[in-house]
Amino acid sequence: MKILTLIRQVPDAEARVRVQGSAVDLEGATLVMDGMDEYGVEQALRLKEAGAGTEVIALAVGPKRNEDALRTALAMGADRAIHVETNVALDAIALSKLVAQIASQEDASLILAGGQQADWDSQALGAATAERLGWPQLTWTNGLEVQGDKLVGRHDVDEGNESFEVSLPAVVTTQQGLNDPRYPTLPNIMKAKKKELRKDTLEQYGVQPLARVVGAEIQARARLGKVIDGKDAQAAAAQLLELLRSEAKVLA
Amino acid sequence: MILIVAEHSNGKLSKSTAEMVTAARESGREGPITILVLGAGIEAVANEASKLAEQVLVGDVASLAQYDATVWAAAVTQIAREGEAHTILIGGSRSGREYSPRVAVKLDAPLLEDVISLKSAGSALQAQRYTFLARVTETVEADAPVIVVTVKPGIFTPAQPEMNGEQYDVELELPQPRVAVTGKSVEKTSRVPLAEADVVVTGGRGVGSPENFATLVEGLADSIGGGVGATRAVVDAGWRPYSEQVGQTGKTVQPKAYIALGVSGAVQHLSGMGKSKFIVAINKDAEAPIFKVADYGIVGDVNEIVPALIEQARNK
Ligand SMILES: Cc1cc2nc3c(=O)[nH]c(=O)nc-3n(C[C@H](O)[C@H](O)[C@H](O)COP(=O)(O)OP(=O)(O)OC[C@H]3O[C@@H](n4cnc5c(N)ncnc54)[C@H](O)[C@@H]3O)c2cc1C
Repeated sequence: MKILTLIRQVPDAEARVRVQGSAVDLEGATLVMDGMDEYGVEQALRLKEAGAGTEVIALAVGPKRNEDALRTALAMGADRAIHVETNVALDAIALSKLVAQIASQEDASLILAGGQQADWDSQALGAATAERLGWPQLTWTNGLEVQGDKLVGRHDVDEGNESFEVSLPAVVTTQQGLNDPRYPTLPNIMKAKKKELRKDTLEQYGVQPLARVVGAEIQARARLGKVIDGKDAQAAAAQLLELLRSEAKVLA
Repeated sequence: MILIVAEHSNGKLSKSTAEMVTAARESGREGPITILVLGAGIEAVANEASKLAEQVLVGDVASLAQYDATVWAAAVTQIAREGEAHTILIGGSRSGREYSPRVAVKLDAPLLEDVISLKSAGSALQAQRYTFLARVTETVEADAPVIVVTVKPGIFTPAQPEMNGEQYDVELELPQPRVAVTGKSVEKTSRVPLAEADVVVTGGRGVGSPENFATLVEGLADSIGGGVGATRAVVDAGWRPYSEQVGQTGKTVQPKAYIALGVSGAVQHLSGMGKSKFIVAINKDAEAPIFKVADYGIVGDVNEIVPALIEQARNK
């Protein structure tokens, strides 16, 4: 069974985001593999190590710098990588068309994707890809095993969580708690340099964006920033409650 | 027609449905607003929905008792096609954000995800949404014959139940569910649901222990009538259930007041509560990042400050 794991490269959570004109500018920001995608790579590797997978293929679509995230995936243990290099920003629905084509070409039976992108905050890629392939999908998954031709696991739903069983092929999106991603070791980083990283172009897949970003603003709300010294607990508590009642008017 | 898929739980229409009605009205898209109610034994929900729209379509089918993404997507797509809907609004709940991409693909439509505003710009539909862990507000635009939108809960003012819409039963051709649910755990709380609470009291690792969490965080929440939230650190440590987690991978809340006790203020946490009207932080470290977003901050030990707060709030 081949496992396809999808990777995005996003600004490090602590990195400052800047807006230039009507778009977010990532120039100079530290970029890393999306934490949610790390769970996906790790899970793919674990399934392979448990004998359920034959090959783990990492896929990224985006600018040249995405190579770094793919190298990280290879250093973690992915067998090979595919980079569809483009500067076109693709929304999840458009992107799913490309991912579905690659999944079919590669004859993958399991696709792992991040539960929510740390850049576009989208949750749609996994489900959209599943629909294009006619596969079932499991989102917000925090436990996953392969048993024969079935996937067995647990995931979060509206009002709690569910255990599930589903036949392969399928798409699974990740969630915290699924695993603890491994760090690439130095020998593996060296080995990764020799692994295949195939370059494709967007034109090969005939995909165009369906939605476009026309503006961006940093949301910094002005906060009051009133700091109360807490040495005298009773006085501090009284002052806070007073502010909440008379100034913020949030308490009766 | 504008099609809204109702959200409901435990036999009651969720507030998000009335919020979507407002979003639909603000969108400037033409045509009547129709609400589709899917489920099993949903008469009461359909009645509530008919107070919000001209027309309510009711798909009351036993097999819809259990949610399944492929089944829901098929039902919504069928009704959207039959009703020639040009705009489809789906709630930004976990399930809504899960099946909406399938509807978009089936209808060959763009998806505007988790929107906080909606308006027409010529023939296009323009929406705002939070990106980059809620640090940026982006405006996105799509122009197509059919557009699917998911609406972020808790943002739009709920429409008043003042209509008297007609109800129609619909015949649905549903596929077999693909996923077998083998177990279920429903997280219950006796307090106000987190996402709907006016005041949220959240405890972080600085609270010290599960016992302290109960005394301090639950104690304060109960003394001022608030909901209880937790950071991921606290959830990962097993002190609190995941249903209480606030942040990127937990719930998004936007209460009138958010009170953070022993919470450092990591970006992933801020992305779930940074839009709260007033933010209060109590932390013994004056340098903690949470103070950067706080309206009122107390630099002090939660073990001393919070009992004083509880006592004074109770005796007011
Ligand atoms: C992919 C990803 C997703 C994530 N999603 C989330 C999410 O959804 N929600 C979330 O919360 N986090 C999330 N995180 C984790 C986040 O980065 C932080 O680790 C977490 O929020 C820290 O929790 P905390 O503030 O409780 O703990 P800590 O960072 O340990 O902070 C404890 C604070 O308590 C203070 N303190 C200690 N003792 C006292 C005392 N006696 N009195 C007063 N103050 C005291 C300390 O000064 C400190 O500031 C995510 C991380 C990743 C990588």
